Amino acid sequence: MSRQPYIRPMSKTTWYMRNKRYKVYVMRELTSFLVAFYSFLTIIALAALASDSPDRWNAFLASQQGTGMTIFHALALVYFLFYQTFPWFKLAPKAMPVYLGEKKLADSYIIIGHYVAWVIVSAFIFWLAGVI
Amino acid sequence: MAIAKKSVIWGLFAAGGTLTAFVFPALIALFLLVATGNVPEGLQFGQFHAFASSWLGKACLFIVLFLSLWHAAHRLRVVAHDFGIRKDALVASAVYTVAAIGSVLTAFYLIGIG
Repeated sequence: MSRQPYIRPMSKTTWYMRNKRYKVYVMRELTSFLVAFYSFLTIIALAALASDSPDRWNAFLASQQGTGMTIFHALALVYFLFYQTFPWFKLAPKAMPVYLGEKKLADSYIIIGHYVAWVIVSAFIFWLAGVI
Repeated sequence: MAIAKKSVIWGLFAAGGTLTAFVFPALIALFLLVATGNVPEGLQFGQFHAFASSWLGKACLFIVLFLSLWHAAHRLRVVAHDFGIRKDALVASAVYTVAAIGSVLTAFYLIGIG
């Protein structure tokens, strides 16, 4: 290392604003707040369920209703799909390349496979919940 | 030892990322349905209680929540760094502690159901 290394001035808090790729990266990373939020919301639901009281459960469901919550969940759903689910599927062939003998399986097969599996998993959850 | 520890954290992160990518859109959609007042049958007390009382239901709920919590913790640690918080040891112990508390609460409530 040289004795006077050049350190480029860089903001620690807004560095990603200079470049579109960095912005997308930060947008993607922010979905971790949604993961934490919905995990704890589900834990709160389990707490209400663990009371073994239908009234307590219905009170929880009632507390989750309203226009504000509807708008929040709708926006969260769209944000999560475009910044977590779809990017995760897109990078899957890079994270888990599949080799058939010497030949590498085309990325598109792995990505399409993920989308198909996602539709099946979602359908199964909706079936379990009695939506379909 | 350092490598072994790291691979556990990385493994939980990757498993959690895959799981949340697959499961969370449906989970958010269910909360959305509840918010609009259309509570699906499976989320009525009787049915959901029966699901969470079964061992399979408990296992599914625990695995989803446990992996999601660790995934979120690991990524929030990186997010803190990205937004200029450079006290990694402190941030790491905070986020992993919260994930651990969430996991213990999940187990506690699940055991209490049924």
